[in-house]
Amino acid sequence: MLTDMSLPWWAWAAMGAGLIVFAVMIGMTIKRNRGMHRSLFASPYTLWMIIFTVVPVILISYYAFTDANGNFTLDNFKNFWDSHYEANKVIKAEAERLGVDYSQYITRGTVNVDTLVYSLWMAFQCTIICLVMGYPAALFMADRKMKLGSTLVVLFIIPMWMNFLLRTVAWMTLLEDSGLINQVLELLGLGKIQLMYTSNTVLLGMVYNFLPFMVFPIYTVLNKMDYRLSEAAADLGCNSFQTLYKVTMPLSIPGVVSGITMVFMPSVTTFFIPRVLGGGYTMMFGDLIESKFLTEGNWNAGSALSLLMMLLILVSLSILRKADPNGEGGGLA
Amino acid sequence: MNMKRILLLLLALAMALTMTACQSGEATEGSKPAERVVNVFNWEDYIDPAVIALFEEETGIKVNYMCFTTVEDMIVQVEANPGAFDVCFPSDYIIERMINKGMLAEINFDNVPYSDQILDFLLYPDYDPQNKYSIPYMWGTVGILYNTTMIDLDPDNTSWAILWDPRYQNSIFMMDSIRDSMGVTLKYLGFSANSTEIPELFAARDMLIRQKKLGVVKAYQVDETKDKMVAGEAAMAVMWSGDAMYAIDLNEDLSYFVPMEGSNVWCDSAVIPITAKNKENAEIFINFLCRPDIAAMNWNYIWYSTPNKGAIELIEDPDGDYAYDYTGNRTLSPTPDIMAKCEFFRDIPEDYLSVYEALWMDLKNTK
Repeated sequence: MLTDMSLPWWAWAAMGAGLIVFAVMIGMTIKRNRGMHRSLFASPYTLWMIIFTVVPVILISYYAFTDANGNFTLDNFKNFWDSHYEANKVIKAEAERLGVDYSQYITRGTVNVDTLVYSLWMAFQCTIICLVMGYPAALFMADRKMKLGSTLVVLFIIPMWMNFLLRTVAWMTLLEDSGLINQVLELLGLGKIQLMYTSNTVLLGMVYNFLPFMVFPIYTVLNKMDYRLSEAAADLGCNSFQTLYKVTMPLSIPGVVSGITMVFMPSVTTFFIPRVLGGGYTMMFGDLIESKFLTEGNWNAGSALSLLMMLLILVSLSILRKADPNGEGGGLA
Repeated sequence: MNMKRILLLLLALAMALTMTACQSGEATEGSKPAERVVNVFNWEDYIDPAVIALFEEETGIKVNYMCFTTVEDMIVQVEANPGAFDVCFPSDYIIERMINKGMLAEINFDNVPYSDQILDFLLYPDYDPQNKYSIPYMWGTVGILYNTTMIDLDPDNTSWAILWDPRYQNSIFMMDSIRDSMGVTLKYLGFSANSTEIPELFAARDMLIRQKKLGVVKAYQVDETKDKMVAGEAAMAVMWSGDAMYAIDLNEDLSYFVPMEGSNVWCDSAVIPITAKNKENAEIFINFLCRPDIAAMNWNYIWYSTPNKGAIELIEDPDGDYAYDYTGNRTLSPTPDIMAKCEFFRDIPEDYLSVYEALWMDLKNTK
């Protein structure tokens, strides 16, 4: 079930038209300003965005609403709701051909919906854990009295110099039955424990990978905060807990919102981590999309899932935006 | 520069960009017409590099060697670049698909005299019933790799049922691959690994779900399995014989067998796309690969089962370079009894494949 990778002529035409529109836009800007204008400096990025963001989104939408022959269809979305949708058609046809009753085999497959719910649940847990662990870390790092703060910043950044795939695979050598942790446990005479291939292992991998994305936005906001505000709070009789609760925390909300966004979004779309640390036992939505494209070669169904994913992200972004209307935390939400 | 000129320039650039983009799908012919070449498209790391050098030296034909990592990718490349490849090495059911799509040229066996070296059971295979389009290159089976220090069994008399034995909690690596995992389950149930019977497929799914719920499966994976078996991470793994040879070479506690119900036998064969530009050179190249000493060289590099009678004689020759007990190695050469129960994967029609995929997803969705 492999979709032909060559694009229809009109897709090329659309891309060409996009570039021409881009050229005309630049031309108009020059004409309107009778010369160069500052906005022209953004044109390399605009071009980049057209080629690598706008065009792919158009292509995904095209694939999501068409079948393998390029005809318009909503089957890909029906397939999301019922993963047996295509199979049931075949089973019904087969039953008719053989004149037998196959009604017991006609069922609804819930894998896509279940996986989406599971991904949201995992992402929610990951975000909460990151927030609980990351907020105190950010407070500590931003505290001017602590000399260790800036060292901690560096310690957080250094692992990020390495690709996350490698860091995830490295966890495997720690957690395996013959891994480092189990070897130490054996030496101590405690016996081996099963650490790999559970959903908690996947969660660990996610928290490990995404924690810095929670810490840094909060740290940036706290670092910029006027520390005299806490001094004033102390002068007015707040103890340190009250200062944290009534002054620091409300002022750091934009950073928290940013952090939640930056952890939640990649968590929902996580793939690879469940496969490496979870042993393919459970799938997350990212794995599902990957398998549609790479294993089944069904680009149309995969695109429909991707489109739904994007929609979900847009909705959650607009909800989060309400919590940080001025975009103080970097305006990510 | 005036405005109009900038606009025109940008327009020209935009058009040039789209033009080149349109043409990038076509093959580029870089070689001089006088030079004799053969364009070979093979799996990654699937030939002894010395063989290519030797071929160029002996025949004066230059080899353009290109690699793919999945057969699906190979088909797409061959379709998208007509004339770019003269020899490809697809697997059995992909050959069937390519024959049905009319993508393959008939091989002129007069130009491949060494094709008489091919083992009899690989001739006239189900996927190429007239034996016109393909010449076997390497073959193997799907079976169970197990750690003899963890499991005691009789490899000649063991059923696939061992994968459903609740005693082996958390100790089996299953293949994260639809056709392979469904295939061995269908075989265990006594059905064909190419079944398109709905009740049989559902029975296989229910078996796989039962296996997952039993708690015997440690993980579903493909590429990682062989190294984890070497490290002693699990007692058993469903595996291709080629990967099993690699693992056994690194850990002598490991052993491989094909369960008594039979299994899937696979074969990667040399084929010539119908669009090939250098068909004769392709046949010379394929003939070279079938020469016993060359087939033995490739066997010694890849360590999969060789389809070449002459090569097996050379490998077993006690005074030869290899002096290896090939026939005595059950991983490389399963007994004829077992082979009689093995079958090739056939190309399952797309609509039935969607049933396979839906059922496999049910397994994935089982917690």
